[in-house]
Amino acid sequence: MTWALVFEQLLNGLQYGVMLFLMAAGLTLVFGIMNLVNLAHGSLYMVGAYLAYAATQWTGSYLAGVALGLAATLLVGMLVEVVALRKLYERDHLDQVLATFGLILFFNELVAIVWGRAALYTSLPTWLQGHITLFTGSRYPGYRMVVLGVGLLVALLLWYVVARTRLGMLIRAGASNRTMVGALGVNIKLLYTVVFGFGAALAGLAGLMAGPIYAVQPGMGELILIQVFVVIVIGGIGSIRGALVGAIIVGVVDTLGRAFLRPLLATLISPPAAESAGPALASILIYLLMAVVLAVKPAGIFASRN
Amino acid sequence: MRKNLVLWAVAVAVLVLLPPLVIAIKQPYYIDLIRRVMIFAIAAISLNLILGYGGLVSFGHAAYLGIGSYAVGILAFYGLPGGWLQFAVAIGASALVALAIGAVSIRTSGIYFIMITLAFTQMLYYLGISVAEFGGDDGMRLKARSQFPPLDLGDPVQFYYLVLVLMLFTVFLVDRIVNSRFGMVLQATKSNDARSRAIGFSPYPYRLIAFVISGAMCGLAGALYANHTSYITPNLMSWLQSGEFMFMVILGGMGTAAGPVLGAFALLLVEELLKGWTEYWQVVLGPLLVLSVIFFRRGLAGIFDKSDA
Repeated sequence: MTWALVFEQLLNGLQYGVMLFLMAAGLTLVFGIMNLVNLAHGSLYMVGAYLAYAATQWTGSYLAGVALGLAATLLVGMLVEVVALRKLYERDHLDQVLATFGLILFFNELVAIVWGRAALYTSLPTWLQGHITLFTGSRYPGYRMVVLGVGLLVALLLWYVVARTRLGMLIRAGASNRTMVGALGVNIKLLYTVVFGFGAALAGLAGLMAGPIYAVQPGMGELILIQVFVVIVIGGIGSIRGALVGAIIVGVVDTLGRAFLRPLLATLISPPAAESAGPALASILIYLLMAVVLAVKPAGIFASRN
Repeated sequence: MRKNLVLWAVAVAVLVLLPPLVIAIKQPYYIDLIRRVMIFAIAAISLNLILGYGGLVSFGHAAYLGIGSYAVGILAFYGLPGGWLQFAVAIGASALVALAIGAVSIRTSGIYFIMITLAFTQMLYYLGISVAEFGGDDGMRLKARSQFPPLDLGDPVQFYYLVLVLMLFTVFLVDRIVNSRFGMVLQATKSNDARSRAIGFSPYPYRLIAFVISGAMCGLAGALYANHTSYITPNLMSWLQSGEFMFMVILGGMGTAAGPVLGAFALLLVEELLKGWTEYWQVVLGPLLVLSVIFFRRGLAGIFDKSDA
């Protein structure tokens, strides 16, 4: 285990962390403002990946595919909000969980009908395929660096929109008192639809960036969704800052655990035992982390005021 | 439950008469199907205790189904096919895990509780996948069915009646629990947390005990299910399974004795129907479930029991 390897895995962890953040930001915004638990957020991630794949095939250009895929996911998100979720805002969380669970079944199967159940592998244009040299002896895939950069850029943009623009002001106002915002003449229904579409596009962005790194397949959204839950539970539901911190923690812990837990354990216990205990422990590490955080702070690290 | 004794009697009579009937018409497959439905009904009944009466929305109930199954499978793997031991371990282990998960989870509430129970079950699911000794991802075959002499679980009809008896027993047990003093306090903490505190009941121990009882009962369902399929996979603990249990309870009617049973029958029979119809049955089931949540709020039990609103 060299320091270059540790550094590389740390970058991988950060890159995974910013992807988790893109998902968590949308989920936590929708929860904070509409008080809606949306299990189907993972489906939007999947839809983003598939639509970008289809659009890239259709246009033959990666960038056009990405742009079209993003726009289409935004529309799908707004459509889902108008057709199904709008009726659920006043319901309790149990109903929301169940209804969006139904949506997941629907989307997974729909995608399987259109594109088949087998995993698709999306390819990158040549200008994204290279490696960059970090320091002598360490080369890192350029694409992962781009993902990391885009994620951080979006995080910055999100902060700017929420903290410095009129839309962000409405979003924050809606989160603290929606009745009042409605009474002041703001079209709250439209605001909700826009915020939901916005969150969907962020999930779609995470999904289409994940495509070339992981496989694109039905059910891919649920794998990441549950980790995103861990992120927002650790960070505190409704807090974007919490989502960022939680995402980075979970991304790094999960990645480093998978990479180094087995060799680390092998130095402590017998190698065959480490061979089986290492991966098991690595895959449950973030859940253990969450249990510890909740045992200490039941509302997450950055618990929101209400 | 008491108000509907006639309906219960009819339902039980139908279930008792089913095996000779389907054997007479040479469709023994239905014995298998209804047995599976009843096993899941036991799991749904156990979830109803905490979800329907206690207001604890556990999104991780499949964990105990898995633990019950794996307890039976692992004991059989090590050459211990005794049914009493296997079922005792299945129930005991589920209770212990429920105690550990509940102790942390019940400190939280609302959406946090939903997510933390989900995450704990996910943890067990990944544990099941990564332990290669017991089949890992592929699962493990049950070496031999649990032995309850003179009963033979290999005989579909005998096993069917055992499951039926156990299902009715769990319905009865939950009915006794919720109508006891303990159950009254549990329901009070659901309807108003602050008031039950004010009259001197701290909700935490009541919720935790209900959570443990519920987990133990679901462990029983798991032990039965291992014998039903003779095959145990981590998928038993998948979050889709947990979601299905929640649907059974909601569809049937939360906080009613008949609800989870009706819900299990309705959901699994509709699934069976759709599966026979198209490979892509979930594309139909998904929207059906969404519609049932939006428009069908009181559940199936509400149709039969109008007085109990």
